[in-house]
Amino acid sequence: MSQATMTRNAIQIKDLDLYYGEKQALKKINMSIEEKTVVALIGPSGCGKSTFLRTLNRMNDMIPGVRIDGTITMHDEDIYNKEIDVEMLRKEVGMVFQAPNPFPKSIYDNVAYGPRVHGQRNRKILDEIVERSLRQAALWEEVKDRLKDRATGLSGGQQQRLCIARTLAVEPEIVLMDEPTSALDPISTAKIEELIQELKQKYTIIIVTHNMQQAARISDRTAFFLNGELVEEDKTERLFSNPKDQRTEDYITGRFG
Amino acid sequence: MSAEEVVIHHQEGESGSPTLSLVEKRERSHFGFRRWKNRLAHGLFLISTMIGVIVLGALLWNVVKDGWAWVTPTFFNNFASRLPEQAGIKAAFWGTIWVIGLTVPLTFIFGVGTAIYLEEYARKNRFTRFIQLNISNLAGVPSIVFGILGLTLFVRLMGLGKTVLAGSLTMTLLVLPIVIVAAREAISSVPNNLRLASLAMGATQWQTIRRVVLPYSMPGILTGVILALSRAIGETAPLIMIGAVSFIAFTPGYALDAFTVMPIQIYSWVSLPQPAFQHLAAAGILVLLAMLLSMNAFAVFLRNRFSKDK
Amino acid sequence: MKNHSLGTAGRFRRSRSLGRTWENMIPKLLLACALISVFTTLGIIGTLISETTSFFSQVSFGEFFTETKWTALFHESQQHFGVWPLIAGTLLVTGIAAIVAVPIGLASAIYLSEYANPKVSKVLKPILEVLAGVPTIVYGFFALTFVTPLLRGLLPEMGVFNALSAGIVVGIMIIPLIASLSEDAMSAVPKNIREAAYAMGCTKFEVALKVVVPAALSGIIASFVLGLSRAIGETMIVTIAAGSTPQLTLDPTESVQTMTSFIVQAATGDNSFGSTAYGAIYAVGMTLFLFTLVMNLLAQYISRRFKEEY
Ligand SMILES: Nc1ncnc2c1ncn2[C@@H]1O[C@H](COP(=O)(O)OP(=O)(O)O)[C@@H](O)[C@H]1O
Ligand SMILES: [Mg+2]
Repeated sequence: MSQATMTRNAIQIKDLDLYYGEKQALKKINMSIEEKTVVALIGPSGCGKSTFLRTLNRMNDMIPGVRIDGTITMHDEDIYNKEIDVEMLRKEVGMVFQAPNPFPKSIYDNVAYGPRVHGQRNRKILDEIVERSLRQAALWEEVKDRLKDRATGLSGGQQQRLCIARTLAVEPEIVLMDEPTSALDPISTAKIEELIQELKQKYTIIIVTHNMQQAARISDRTAFFLNGELVEEDKTERLFSNPKDQRTEDYITGRFG
Repeated sequence: MSAEEVVIHHQEGESGSPTLSLVEKRERSHFGFRRWKNRLAHGLFLISTMIGVIVLGALLWNVVKDGWAWVTPTFFNNFASRLPEQAGIKAAFWGTIWVIGLTVPLTFIFGVGTAIYLEEYARKNRFTRFIQLNISNLAGVPSIVFGILGLTLFVRLMGLGKTVLAGSLTMTLLVLPIVIVAAREAISSVPNNLRLASLAMGATQWQTIRRVVLPYSMPGILTGVILALSRAIGETAPLIMIGAVSFIAFTPGYALDAFTVMPIQIYSWVSLPQPAFQHLAAAGILVLLAMLLSMNAFAVFLRNRFSKDK
Repeated sequence: MKNHSLGTAGRFRRSRSLGRTWENMIPKLLLACALISVFTTLGIIGTLISETTSFFSQVSFGEFFTETKWTALFHESQQHFGVWPLIAGTLLVTGIAAIVAVPIGLASAIYLSEYANPKVSKVLKPILEVLAGVPTIVYGFFALTFVTPLLRGLLPEMGVFNALSAGIVVGIMIIPLIASLSEDAMSAVPKNIREAAYAMGCTKFEVALKVVVPAALSGIIASFVLGLSRAIGETMIVTIAAGSTPQLTLDPTESVQTMTSFIVQAATGDNSFGSTAYGAIYAVGMTLFLFTLVMNLLAQYISRRFKEEY
C-alpha cells in the first residue's frame, strides 16, 4: 500500500445512481477501490450500503424496477455493459450474506458447489479446492473428519465460515460481505475478523458493518454513507480520528444513527 | 376454555352467596340453559364428525365382508370371465399399472415445469394471473368432461384410438392441477437466501433451480405427485369415456394397446345382477384400496424421510 | 501493468454460447408446460362448442331447453331431446347431497375448529382425508350394496335404483371437502375476536355460532358452493345407484338420470359417431361444464371477497 506505484484499482465507480422505481437509493457515488484492501462501508441503516454492495456483483438485477446510471469499471470493463456475462462477473466478485445460508447439502457439496457450477467435474481437483477453501476459511481442522455431514448441523459461526469457504472456492478477486457477523456471537465474530485480516493478502474485501469498532479494527479504508450519498471515504484511521465532513463526525461520535 | 372457567366461577358463587336478587336468579337460570345448549351442541357436533368415521368403517366392513374370500391367486392370475369363479383382474391390474406408469412421468414433467415457470420465471402480470386462474378452474371441472375431451382430442382427432396412451394423456390433463398446486407450494417454501447464495456464486438461474430449488422442494413435489396418482388410480368416468373396455383378455404390451383398468373392471362387475359378481367387485375394490393405501404410506414415508434432513 | 490489464480485458465475456442457448431455452420450454393447462381449457371449450353446434343443427335450441322428455338413446323416430329431466335428476341428487353434506360438513368443521382438542383432531382429520381419497367407484359400490338395502328396509316400496341412495352417498363424499374448507375459513378468524366474546362470558357454542361462523361466512359459503359443484359433476355414484331413467321428478325414491350418468350411458352404448345421440353427449357435457364453471367462479368470487375482510 505504501508503494503507490504497485497499487491497482480493483473497482472504479463513476457517478453511480440507483433507483428503486421512483425512489433514488444511491446518489452520484464516486469511489475507487484498490486491490487487496479491506474497505468498510458504514452508515445508518437504510442509507444504501447493501444496495451499493449489490451493484458490484449485479445482484440488484434480480429486483424488478431497479434502474442504474453511471459506470462501474473492473478490469477496464464497465460491468453494466450489455456484453457482460453476469455469471462470469459474479464468479470474480463473490458475496457473503448477513445470515449464514449454507445449502442443505453436505459440507463438501457446499464448498464444491461453485466449482461444479462452473464446470469442474474432476473429483481430485474438487477435493483439493474443498480442502484449500476450508483451510483459507479457517474451518478445515474443525470439519475435515465430517465433510459428508450436513452443513446445516454446524454452529452459526462455523456456517458463516463455511459460506466464506464456499465463496472462496470459485477463486474470486473481490469478496463482498454484508454484515457477515451481525448474526453471530462475539467469539465467532472475532474468528471471522481474524480471517478477514488473512484474506486481504489475496482478496479485495468490501464489508458492510454497522459496528464502527469492527470497521476500525479490520479495514484499511472506510466509506461513510448517508441517505444514499457517499459522504466521505478515507483511510480508516483518518476517517475516525479526523473526519472532514461534519455529518461523518456526528455519526462516528454517536450523535445519530 | 375461558367460557368454562366462567361457568365454574358462577357455580361457586352460587353456593357461596345464598341471597340473590330475582334478576340475578333469572340470569343464572338463563345461563344454565345456555350451558345446557352448549353441551347439546358439543354432542351434536361430535356426532356429526363421527359420521365420517362411522361411514368409513361401514364402507370398509362392507367391502371386506363381501370381497375378502374372493381375493385369491386365481383372482390375480385370471382375466375377466362370464363365470364368476374364473374371473380375475389380471388385465385390469396391469392396465392400471400401465396407465399410471405413463401418467407419472407426464404429470411430473408438465406439472413441475408449470410450477417452476410460475414460481421462478413468470412476472407477476395479467398473463400469469390468467394462467393461474385457468389452473384453479380446471381443478373444478368434472372428470367426465376431461373424458369427453380425451375422447374427442386423443382418441379421434389425434387418432390414438382407445389405447393406453390416450388414457394416460387424459389422466395427465385431469390430475395436472393437483401436481401444479403442490409443486408450487413446495417451490415457494424454498428460502430465498439459498437462491441468492447460488446466484452470487455465478450460477445461472437454471443451475440454481436444478441444484438448489428442486432438491429442496422434491419431497413436497413427490407428495403432490403421489396425491395426484391416488386420484388417477381411482378415476373411472374419464376412461369409460375414452372407451377402456372391461372384456379384455390380455395385458397391455405397449402404449398403443387397448386396455382396461381396475375401476372399470369393478364397475362392470357392479353392474351385473348376479350376486357373485358383487363379490368380485368387492375383491377388486380391496385390491384397489390396498394399492392406494401403499401409495399413501409411501408418501408419508417420503415426507418424514426428507423433512428430517431440513 | 498495461499488458496485464489487456490480458484480462474481456474476462467477463467468456463465450458460453451452448450454455447460454440452453439457459435461454429453459423459460420457453417451461412456459410451454404452463400453456398446457391453457390449451386444456381451450380444448374443452373448443370441442364442446364445435360438437354442440353440430348437435344444435339437428335438434333445435327450443326443443333442448323447453321439452320435458329426454329419450336420446331411443330409436330415431322416438327421440326427444328435452334436457330438463337430466337437469332435474342432477339437481335432485345434488339437493339430497346438500341436505346431508351441508349440516354435517359444517358441524364437523365447527367441532374440529372450536371444540376438538389437538389430540382428537390429529385422529379425526386424517380419517376425513382418507374419506376424501376413497375412489368414487367404491362409493358407488357402497351406495348400491349397503345404503340402498338399508333404505329399502325402511321404504320397502322403493326400487333398487333411486335418487335417495345416490344423493346420500354423494353427500357423504363431499363432507370432507366442505368440512376442511370451512374449517380453514374458521381457523383464519383471528383469535382476539374469539377471546373478546369469551371474556363476555359466552359459551363455546355462542362464540362459534355468533362470532366465528359469521366472521368466516363467505369462506363457509364458498365451501358449500364448491362441494355442490363437485356433487353436480359426480359420475360413478349416480351411474351405479341412481339408475338411468330420465324423468322430471322431485321424488327421491324414484330412479332418475343425471347429466353425468347420461353421458356414461351414451358413451358405453354403441352410438356411432356423428349420430344425434352421440352429439347429445356434447350438448349435455356443455350444460354440465357451464353449471360447474359458474359455481366454481362463484365460489372463487365469494372467497376472494372474504379475504379482504380482515
Ligand atoms: N428491494 C427493494 N425495493 C425497494 N426499495 C428498497 C429495496 N431494497 C432496499 N430498498 C430501499 O433502499 C434504501 C437503502 O436500503 P439498503 O441498501 O438495504 O440500506 P442499508 O443496507 O444501508 O441498511 C432503503 O430506503 C430501502 O428501503
Ligand atoms: Mg443492509
